[in-house]
Amino acid sequence: MSEAVSALNNAYAKGAITVQEVGPQGMITLRGDLSDAAFGAAVAQVTGASVPGQRKITHAGANAVAWMSPDELLILLPYAEVGAAVSSLNAALAGTHFLAVNVSDARALFRVTGKPGPVREVIAKLAPADLSPDAFALGDIRRTRLAQVAAAFWLTQEGEANLVCFRSVARYAFDLLATSAAAGPVGFFRQG
Amino acid sequence: MSTRMATGGRLLNKGKPLRFSFNGKNFKGYEGDTLASALLANDQMLVGRSFKYHRPRGIVASGAEEPNALVGLGRDGRFEPNQRVTTTELFDGLESESQNHWPSLEFDVGVVNNYAARFLPAGFYYKTFMAPRAAWKHLFEPIVRQSAGLGKVPKDRDVDTYEHFYAFVDVLVIGGGVAGLQAAKVAATSGKKVMLIEQSAHWGGRAPVDGGEVDGKPVADWIEQTVSDLRNLPNVTLRSRCMGAGVYDHGYVLGYERLTDHAPMAAGPRHRLWRIRTGQVITATGAIERPISFAGNDIPGVMLASAVRDYLVNYGVSIGDRTVVVTNNDDAYRTAIALKQAGMIVSAILDARPTGGGALAEEARALGIRIEAGKAIAKVHGGKRVTGVSVCLHAGEGAALETIPCDAVAMSGGWSPVVHLWSHCGGKLIWDEANAMFRPDPSRPPLGADGAGYVATAGTASGAMHLADVMADAAAVAAKVAGVEADAPAVPATDEAPMMPVWLMPQGAGVKLRMKSWLDYQNDVKVSDVQLAAREGYESVEHTKRYTTLGMATDQGKLSNINGLAILSDALDQPIPMTGTTTFRPPYTPISFGAIAGAARDEIFQPLRRTPMHEWHEANGADWEPVGMWRRPFCYLRAGETTHQAVNREILQVRNSVGMLDASTLGKLIVKGPDAGKFMDLMYTNLMSTLKPGKCRYGLMCSDNGFLIDDGVVARIDEDTFLCHTTTGGADRIHAHMEEWLQTEWWDLKVYVANATEQYAQIAVVGPNARKVLEKLGGMDVSKETLPFMDWKDGTLAGMPVRVYRISFSGELSYEIAVDAGRGQELWDKIREAGAEFDIMPYGTETLHVLRAEKGFIMIGDETDGTVIPQDLGLNWAISKKKEDFIGKRAQTRSHMADPNRWKLVGLETLDGSVIPDGAYAMAEGVNANGQRNTQGRVTSTYHSPTLGKGIAMGLVLHGPDRMGEVIEFPKVDGTSVKARICDPVFYDKDGEKQNV
Amino acid sequence: MLTLQCPYCGVMAEETELHAGGEAHLKRFGPGSSDEDFETYMFMRENPKGVHFERWRHVNGCGKWFHAARCTATLEVFGTYSAQVSEPPQQIKDAITAKRPGWSWRNFA
Repeated sequence: MSEAVSALNNAYAKGAITVQEVGPQGMITLRGDLSDAAFGAAVAQVTGASVPGQRKITHAGANAVAWMSPDELLILLPYAEVGAAVSSLNAALAGTHFLAVNVSDARALFRVTGKPGPVREVIAKLAPADLSPDAFALGDIRRTRLAQVAAAFWLTQEGEANLVCFRSVARYAFDLLATSAAAGPVGFFRQG
Repeated sequence: MSTRMATGGRLLNKGKPLRFSFNGKNFKGYEGDTLASALLANDQMLVGRSFKYHRPRGIVASGAEEPNALVGLGRDGRFEPNQRVTTTELFDGLESESQNHWPSLEFDVGVVNNYAARFLPAGFYYKTFMAPRAAWKHLFEPIVRQSAGLGKVPKDRDVDTYEHFYAFVDVLVIGGGVAGLQAAKVAATSGKKVMLIEQSAHWGGRAPVDGGEVDGKPVADWIEQTVSDLRNLPNVTLRSRCMGAGVYDHGYVLGYERLTDHAPMAAGPRHRLWRIRTGQVITATGAIERPISFAGNDIPGVMLASAVRDYLVNYGVSIGDRTVVVTNNDDAYRTAIALKQAGMIVSAILDARPTGGGALAEEARALGIRIEAGKAIAKVHGGKRVTGVSVCLHAGEGAALETIPCDAVAMSGGWSPVVHLWSHCGGKLIWDEANAMFRPDPSRPPLGADGAGYVATAGTASGAMHLADVMADAAAVAAKVAGVEADAPAVPATDEAPMMPVWLMPQGAGVKLRMKSWLDYQNDVKVSDVQLAAREGYESVEHTKRYTTLGMATDQGKLSNINGLAILSDALDQPIPMTGTTTFRPPYTPISFGAIAGAARDEIFQPLRRTPMHEWHEANGADWEPVGMWRRPFCYLRAGETTHQAVNREILQVRNSVGMLDASTLGKLIVKGPDAGKFMDLMYTNLMSTLKPGKCRYGLMCSDNGFLIDDGVVARIDEDTFLCHTTTGGADRIHAHMEEWLQTEWWDLKVYVANATEQYAQIAVVGPNARKVLEKLGGMDVSKETLPFMDWKDGTLAGMPVRVYRISFSGELSYEIAVDAGRGQELWDKIREAGAEFDIMPYGTETLHVLRAEKGFIMIGDETDGTVIPQDLGLNWAISKKKEDFIGKRAQTRSHMADPNRWKLVGLETLDGSVIPDGAYAMAEGVNANGQRNTQGRVTSTYHSPTLGKGIAMGLVLHGPDRMGEVIEFPKVDGTSVKARICDPVFYDKDGEKQNV
Repeated sequence: MLTLQCPYCGVMAEETELHAGGEAHLKRFGPGSSDEDFETYMFMRENPKGVHFERWRHVNGCGKWFHAARCTATLEVFGTYSAQVSEPPQQIKDAITAKRPGWSWRNFA
């Protein structure tokens, strides 16, 4: 039996800034009452991470939980663990109003790595969001558009950004990021 | 002649000579030159021909306001027309060519228009080309197109790249002259994020040319120090070669950065469009000198006094050995003084003011320069070059007192603050009587999101005309904007005499002189044209602009709009502020299409959505059809096949054996919650809450206006959960539709929706042999008993976890198999292997369409167009009568919706077996009020059915279902018509036996 | 190009992140309603020069619908608020009154 393949089979654009499609990455859309203790316990049980605050992302080892909207989280965990995780969420939250859906294959995940300032600039060329360090820091997640498609991104560390978009536009997003990176830095974010 | 002087040129690096060409001639310049200064250094004063009369035109300005000197730059993939030589930095190997002339710049046939000028007055085009109508297309337009126009359109693909950048700052200062630098310096002390942009490559603006002292040091030193200080501040960003192009609502500003125009071989993007959001904008955009309207003011060699000074001081270029300065203010004396000090001859200063100038005039007089107060230019002599001027009394009608031979005329009609960026988003102006100019009214700024002003002006842009006032204004404005305290730098006061407005020179110039007094150089608008417009009844400045084309050229009237509206005011006998200005619209100067497009070209011009099997389709003959942002195979072409042949092959294969379809693009929405059933009953016209888990049901969705918007098969997953299939184009739309109703109307319902469309690859296996293929894949029971028609089941096929829906859009035995997208290609391959013995083949959207049409299934977008209700399509069976409410229910009871005369769906079979043209209307007797043929129906889908061997169609026909067997007629574009018999829309397997096996 | 703060995720979003959804606070009339009520609900819209209430969706963001009160003449934004209310909250009304005394819009003032 063969393995699932990610949208671009880990396409890679190397340069001063590297853009890589990573994955397959396990992802679960979880909707429910984020303030409910039982909901938080279920999230923690599956991920080890706490429910993030507005526009935040929390991490626990390889797992992460991202705030997507007031009633929606995106859980990130190893691809192979998604089935079991959905089952345990379904079990833990049974009887409450919630929705847990495996969206691992519906998304593509990209990693942009390089010097901290230029990495921010690769995204700031494409998204109408303030990428400056004081407006967008470690632990923040931003949903917006990347040129003409919806996307969400966060920093895993300075000089390393993760970005998620829909699978069908993975090639477009990759080309955007690679083009943006290859065009060189702007020099607006002067860190690193 | 104009020439390079042995000394001078503060911006030049004479150690670095550069080669360039103009109209094929090779010239030499230096690093630091603009193309304008380098051309002038080589005595290339004549650079183009005017738009209408093809008059010879020279460089008149030294900056962005230049109206005449537009050239084509570069070649092939780097050719660009209409580039201003004054803002083009010279680089080694630059190639340029002049525009709007034939056959050559020196000898231009079009100049004949010049002699016919009195036949080409204002409004000529409107008056002449009105009638006869046909003459426009066949006579006038071809001639106008050939003789008019500026540069050539580039023929080759642009080889450069471009990009955007989103920047967020607190204070954006536009203009890097001394006012902008001072404003940035003050604003930066607040700790706020400050960005300072300057359109040219140099900081300090005009100040180093004009001279002066700031904080006890020469202004040039102060500039250098301030720039260096600002660079070291972490909260300040400086960008030269970056123009403030436009100011928009809520602090949105476009900056146009020209990164490699001065170094075309450098790596990286050529232009960058800065999309800036800022809390506050300070425009420190300076002012532009005005020409004076006297006869012959467009002859090459007549130049703005400030430009003459710029070329001298910045580039060491003299415009002519003998210069006549003509002015109405003191500033032009600086030009005379600079020329004299550089060793050139200033033949005379003609100062229109009866009392002459102030301290600068004394200084000029002390240098021995002849000054004539109350005098004016009656006319300029010369053709392609100034040879002299006739002097007259300014107060008179132009009788020549003497002729002064000269090579250059330096004119100054006063200064107009650059108010464009202030005005773009609604900043208002006031008329400043003392300086005869419109300047920003600080009490009426553009308003931001909080209702407060967000644009302020600093320095000359505010109307401050002297260095001390400029610096004081910049400091005060920036302090207020940034909320800090700041002192103005120390600047010695100057003593200048007041200027005097001069809108026409001499004041009483007769019509012959007025017909040679140019206002708009590029569009060839003269004083007499504006006066004619006024006589013909044009009172609004906006109408006069369009009638005369004043200010409509690529320079947008930066030089002479004020002169023009002063002439108009005079002709209308009203004060200038009553006439007002035309609207200032972005961009400030033209910006490249490349910058606007940014990186969006080629592969990333727009997103293309791909299914997991997209690459396979591409490699296997897919003839693509765009469906929304997706590409779906229309059919799969084999060697030597036409699309028609391919489609027929695919259809027959499905009907006779088995085919497979990539159905991944169909929307898959998950609806879950305790109120899911209730919600589904509101969303769909059908009763969905009664659907049993494990079962599927075809459903319709309407808008609340009653019209059919989408359809698809709903599967009930469990008590709380439904999976809704939508059309390909409907996935995002219907997801949004559901969220909208949940969030804004029925927020009390406990329902969550998730769009799982792309989680799955979905493959339809269709045809009499479909079950055999699935059985070969193995892993689950797909028999009629276990998985009957309109059931679904989770299971395993070929070792992969799948969900199989027993649904059919073709009338055949059909399974739709959903698998995680990451394994879509694997499943696709396995199905092809398993189906090989049945010659399984993929089929495209056209086959899908024909198969469904043969079965009379409707297609959203074909049978529907936003005006069709389900009842029109005979879908009453899918509209629940038990439900109290569903979206669209109320609307469908409106009188027009219940009208028995609404056209209804029927099948149509042509009598001769041909295919009815797409979109054809059925003719009825008589004509309507417009004399058009009455209609009684239209075709919605029409195909050749290879299964039935004839043309079949569906259409909406008046009383159609009651007219079975009747023949109606559809006209074709060739004038003939095709007859078709009204029939049942189900052409094939009416009892549905084939899909239910 | 205007910016609105999404009250659900707090983002100050520019227009390209948003989807305009027309007039706010429409009362839906369903089955059983009079023709006049239905017509008003479905078709009749305010077109004021000045204070206006609108629906927007943070489509390239958290996906939530919200309400915005703004001035159509100056684009001044008085505030954004929850989509799950049938009339503007008092604090929004107060904010408008502070800037536009005597305003009214449909039944609100």
